Amino acid sequence: MDTTFALHGIDYLIMAVYFLFVLGVGWALKKYMKNATAFLEAGRAMPAWVAGLAFISTNLGALEVMGMTGSGLKYGMLTTHFYWIGAIPAMMFLALFMMRFYYGSKARSVPEYLKLRFNEKTRALNAFLFALMTVLASGISMYALAILLENVLGWNFNVSLFASAAIVLAYTYLGGLSSAIYNEVLQFFIIIIGLLPMAILVMSDVGGWGGMQESLAPIVEGKGFAADTWTTTWKYTTGTGINPLGVQWYGILAGLGFVLSFGYWCTNFLIVQRAMAAESMTAARKVPLIGAIPKMFIPFLIIVPGIAALVLLNDPSKSFVLPLNAAGEPIYDYTIIMLLKQYLPAGVLGLGVTALLASFMSGMAGNVSAFNTVWTYDIYQSYIRPATGDQEADEKHYLKVGRITTIVGVLVSIAAAYIASKFGNIMDFLQTVFSMINAPLFAVIFLGMFWKRSTGNGAFLGLLMGFVVALLHHGLTQPEGASTLVKGGWIGVIHTYPVEMAQNFWTAIFAFSAAALLTVVISMLSRRDKTDSDLNGLVYSMTPKLDDSGVLWYQRPWFLALIVGIIMVLLSILFW
Amino acid sequence: MLDIRLPIGLMFSVVGLIITIYGLATIGDVELYERSLNVNVNLISGLGTLAFGLIMLLLSEPVRKKLRKKE
Repeated sequence: MDTTFALHGIDYLIMAVYFLFVLGVGWALKKYMKNATAFLEAGRAMPAWVAGLAFISTNLGALEVMGMTGSGLKYGMLTTHFYWIGAIPAMMFLALFMMRFYYGSKARSVPEYLKLRFNEKTRALNAFLFALMTVLASGISMYALAILLENVLGWNFNVSLFASAAIVLAYTYLGGLSSAIYNEVLQFFIIIIGLLPMAILVMSDVGGWGGMQESLAPIVEGKGFAADTWTTTWKYTTGTGINPLGVQWYGILAGLGFVLSFGYWCTNFLIVQRAMAAESMTAARKVPLIGAIPKMFIPFLIIVPGIAALVLLNDPSKSFVLPLNAAGEPIYDYTIIMLLKQYLPAGVLGLGVTALLASFMSGMAGNVSAFNTVWTYDIYQSYIRPATGDQEADEKHYLKVGRITTIVGVLVSIAAAYIASKFGNIMDFLQTVFSMINAPLFAVIFLGMFWKRSTGNGAFLGLLMGFVVALLHHGLTQPEGASTLVKGGWIGVIHTYPVEMAQNFWTAIFAFSAAALLTVVISMLSRRDKTDSDLNGLVYSMTPKLDDSGVLWYQRPWFLALIVGIIMVLLSILFW
Repeated sequence: MLDIRLPIGLMFSVVGLIITIYGLATIGDVELYERSLNVNVNLISGLGTLAFGLIMLLLSEPVRKKLRKKE
C-alpha cells in the first residue's frame, strides 16, 4: 500500500507564510543585537510566559514528536510517564530550588555555574562534552527530518537538509537567542494548531476514548497483556512481564522519575538557558512551571493519537499502514506523519506538515543557541581569548564570535547529519551517551547547590567517573535479543535486561549513584576550596532566603507549583 | 523590544484566512473531505486559527497602544 503522499499548492503556500514569518522575526530583532549579552543571553529580558513556552517548545523537537507518537503505538499510555512523573517533578524542583542559583549567580551557562561553584576543570569537562553532544544532536534531528521528508513526501534529501538548516541558521544568526526563543513560541502554537485537527479526527474515527478502549482489548490481549494495558499508566507496573515497557513502578520512579528526568530538566543547558533569559528572578523561577502546564497536556496531542493508530493498524477497513524499513519492520516513528496523511485534506495538511517542520526547527535552534553560548563563553573566552577588561570592545568581539559560531555550529551539524546517514546506529548510540552525561551532572550540581562541603576535586572526579561507570555498565549489559554492540555488551555480557528501556534506566541509576558517592567521598577527603562567603548565591545554605512577599500570591512560584502538582496528580489518577 | 504577540497574531491571521478561504471554496467537495470523516475541516480549523490570530493581535502591545490613543 502507498505510504507516500504529495502536497498541494495550498499546502506549500501555508508553509511559505510560516517561513516568511520565522525569518521576519529574526530580521526584526537584528537591530537589537548590539552586543554579546543581547545575542547570547537575550539580554535577560524575556517575559516569563515567553520564556516558559520556549522552554517547552525547544524540548518538543522533531525526534521527540515523532518518537512519542511511535511510543504511544508501541507502549500505550505508559508513554505518558515521560510527560508526567518523568518531567513534572523535575521541572518543579528546577523552578523552586535550582533556578535561583542558576539565575542569581549571574552565570551565563550551566558550565559557568560549575566554574563559579567548583573550578575550571569541572567547567571544561562539562563544556566540551556538552558542545560536542549538542551539535551532534542537532545534526541527527536534521537527518531524521530530511529522511522523513524524502521517504514520505519524496523531497530531495540534500535539498531539505540544507534548506531547513539555512532557515534556522538565518534566524539565529540575525537575532541570536532572542530570535530562537521568539520563534520557539511561534512554533509552539503552530505545533498545537497544526496537529490538533489530526488528533480530534483520529479520536472520533476510533469512537472516542471508550471506543478506542473497546477496540484495543482484543489486540492487546493478542499480545499477551491485560485488555486495558494500553490505556492505563500505573495499573500494570507491579511486575516486569505484564506491561510492554518491561519495568516495574519503582524502576519508573527511580529511573525515569528521578535520575533521567532530573538529569535532563535540571542540568541540560539547552532547557535551562530559556529560564536564564527571563527578565527577573521571579520570572526565571516561574518559567519551568509555566512550561509544565502545556507539557502535561501534550500527550493528548501526540501520544494518544499514536495509541489510536494501533487500532487503525489492526482494522483493514481503515487501510492505515506504516512504511517498512529495510528489514521489513514497520517504522513506528512515522506514525504521526501517516496519521496526518490519513485524515487531513489539502489545506490543513499543509499546516500539519508545517507543524512537524516547526518542531524540528524549535529543537535545532535550541541546540544551536545553547552551543553558541557555551562555545563563546565557556571555551573561547576561557581558553582562546580571555576578556581584555575593555567591556565595550569585548562585548563587540564576543558578539562577532557568537555569530561566527552560529555558522560553524550549523555546518558541523550538517556534517553530523551526513555521518548519521552513513551509520544508522549512531543515532541510538548518541542518545545513550547523552543520558550518560546528564545523570552524573545532576548528581554533581545537586551536591554543589545543597551541600556546601562539596569541593572542586570531588565534583570533577564525580563527573568523570560517573560517565565512566555509565560506559562500563553499558558495556557489560545488554537488552534481550540485542543484535549490535551499540545496544551494549561491547566489553562482555554479565547481565541481560528484558528491554532496552530497563537497561537505560539502570545505566542512569548507576551513573548517578557513582557520581554522587565519589563526589561525597572525595570532597570529605579533600580540603575545602571555597569559603562560606565565596558560596553566597551558589549554595542553598549560604544564600539568604528569597522574599516573595512583594509578589501577588497567585503569581508566586510556590502557588504555580501547587497548581501544576495538583493537575499532575489528577491526570495520574484519571489514567491510573 | 518587539512584542512576540504581533508576529504570532499576524501569522495566524494570514494562515487562518488562507485556510478559511480554501475551506469556503471547497464546500461540497465530497472527495476532498472523505478522509476527514466528511467534515470540512479546513473551514473549521481556518476559522479557529483566524480567531486565535486576531486575539493575539488585539493583545499585542502596538495594537493596544493604538486603541488607547483612540479613546
